[in-house]
Amino acid sequence: MPAAVPVSYYLILSAILFGLGVAGFLFRRNIITVFMSIELMLNAVNLSFIAFSYQLRQVDGHIFAFFVMVVAAAEAAVGLAIILTVFKNRSTLAIDDVSSLNN
Amino acid sequence: MQDQQLWLIPALPLVGFLINGLLGRRFPKALVNVVALGSVLFSFAWVLKTFNALGGLETAHVERYFSWIQSGSLDIGFDLSVDRLTAVMLLVVTGIGSLIHIYATGYMSHEGGYYRFFAYLNLFMFFMLTLVLGNNFLVMFVGWEGVGLCSYLLIGFYTLKKSAGDAAKKAFIVNRIGDFGFALAMFLMVVNFGSLDFQKVFAAVKPMPVEQTAGLLTAIALLLFVGATGKSAQVPLYVWLPDAMEGPTPVSALIHAATMVTAGVYMTARSAVIFQHSPMAMDVVAIVGVITAVMAATIGITQFDIKKVFAYSTVSQLGYMFIACGVGAFSAGIYHVVTHAFFKALLFLGAGSVIHALGGEQDLRHMGGLWKKIPITFGVLACAWVAISGVPPFAGFYSKDEILLAAHHHAPWMYWVGVVTAGMTAFYVSRAIFMCFFGDYRGHHHPHESPVSMWGPLAVLALLSLAGGMYFKVPHYLEPMFPAAEGHHDETLVMISVAAGLLGIGIAALLYVVRPGLPDTIAAAFGPVYKLVYNKYFVDEIYDAAIVNPLVGTSRSFLWRVMDAGIIDGIVNGTGFAAKTIGGGLRLLQSGNIRSYAAWVTAGCVLVLLAIGVVAGGVR
Repeated sequence: MPAAVPVSYYLILSAILFGLGVAGFLFRRNIITVFMSIELMLNAVNLSFIAFSYQLRQVDGHIFAFFVMVVAAAEAAVGLAIILTVFKNRSTLAIDDVSSLNN
Repeated sequence: MQDQQLWLIPALPLVGFLINGLLGRRFPKALVNVVALGSVLFSFAWVLKTFNALGGLETAHVERYFSWIQSGSLDIGFDLSVDRLTAVMLLVVTGIGSLIHIYATGYMSHEGGYYRFFAYLNLFMFFMLTLVLGNNFLVMFVGWEGVGLCSYLLIGFYTLKKSAGDAAKKAFIVNRIGDFGFALAMFLMVVNFGSLDFQKVFAAVKPMPVEQTAGLLTAIALLLFVGATGKSAQVPLYVWLPDAMEGPTPVSALIHAATMVTAGVYMTARSAVIFQHSPMAMDVVAIVGVITAVMAATIGITQFDIKKVFAYSTVSQLGYMFIACGVGAFSAGIYHVVTHAFFKALLFLGAGSVIHALGGEQDLRHMGGLWKKIPITFGVLACAWVAISGVPPFAGFYSKDEILLAAHHHAPWMYWVGVVTAGMTAFYVSRAIFMCFFGDYRGHHHPHESPVSMWGPLAVLALLSLAGGMYFKVPHYLEPMFPAAEGHHDETLVMISVAAGLLGIGIAALLYVVRPGLPDTIAAAFGPVYKLVYNKYFVDEIYDAAIVNPLVGTSRSFLWRVMDAGIIDGIVNGTGFAAKTIGGGLRLLQSGNIRSYAAWVTAGCVLVLLAIGVVAGGVR
């Protein structure tokens, strides 16, 4: 990796990706999009971890990133299963229509 | 000297109180009687046994039971002691107390709350004996407050009568004013002498010079005397005692004539060393005594309620006792306490017997000619009558004589005022007796003689009223503690005071037996003066206008509406209102909508990040 790219670039990119993830999570109504926004936030964080890990020459960040990926994979499996079941039962993917636990 | 278990003397009535107070509701009357009378009679017996064992009592016999309050060098123990002064008081309290308990079983037999009455009466005995036996001012104060409480409970015994409740409150509140003085005196003693034990305080006072101008001892003495004016109904705090007659008659006799009200005299005599070091305080005591004696006697002349007459008589006689203390004749004061306990208890109990016979009638104007109908009551009341009038050789003569001689030795004008008061005393008691027992019967109720449980104690008291002064030479007995005042026995002075008493009786006989129409003419002739005296110099009204009403008014308008309803309630309600409003606002955040939570989390994160940035930027 060329040393010319400073770590702050990675961090700014990570922040932009995270902000997009937050915005998607808050404002989109489709469950799948929301789900993807969560994945985007996780990966934005991963990018920060890797950037710091490289900058500091330490392996901790890599380990964290792997953990996050593992958790994200598990979450994706469980989350997609739930979404499928919701769609089968309700025939909708609008997040506001599946708030029957509220009130 | 071996232990005498002095604590048993007050403890027995306390046990009686606990048994009757807790269980008496379910007891038959006979059992209540056994408990109440038994405890007091045993107490009396224990007093006698103690004196038998202790013999001459030349020095005080002190018993220490436990250390009560310890703070630094201050050590106040629960100590009881007996010396000759205590001995006299103990005999009066338990002796007269026993008689009145017996009387009360007859008098109260038709009243509701029978067990409650005797429980209170026993509680009173407990506190009164604690007061008398205490070996330091604090134990005395415990008894002092306790008798005040019992006085309150018993004045207000007829709980359904508003006037009784008012009188009880009045007695309690007025006594608080006096107790305040007593407490301040104790604080001064603790600060200056480091102890409240009688022996230590008096030992510290003795070497001090007699104060020619006001100083520490004057302050202590006067504050103690403030306490005495409250408890012993002296000007200006006497107003509660006449109202206290709302209580049942045995209570009036025991508490408000024979024992509790003499506690102030006992306390003054007990603190004689302090008073003797302050001529100024002594003068105040004597002058207050004179004013009280005269004022109450004049009011007594005009009253028509038989108990009120005797109540003002009590105030007046208490004034006499304080004259004795004020002129330095403490033993004469205690002598009068004793004889007064005999004849005044008898007067009240006799009045109670009359009231009982007439089914509750207390107005002298509705009595008359009763001597034929209730001869025993008349007989015993006649004994009290001659005793209080100072006819020799009956009880009142001796003690009054001692006081008047001492007063003459101190200041002749006090003697003359005392003589006039003695004449008035004889007059108003004779007036009550004549209106009650002579002339024609003016009432409607059919009178009946009281049962033996009532006239039995009366007979004993009658005997004591007749012979008590002659046989119980209290001043002689107390001489080791209070050396006899110099001043020789002047026959002329004695003759004058006796003549004043006889003159009083004579005038009363003239006005109320020989020429019954005359009193009204005289009252009419003295119109405004009579009105003034009949209305008790409007003292109650003056107190109401000067103290009670402003206090009630301020309490109502400021303390209640502004302080309590405005500020205190405002704070309390405001706290609740604020919590409710803030909670109502925060409630809206709990929408249940995941995305709004997420938005809040995000906002929080942003804020935290900004805060970190600001703080970090600040540090840098």
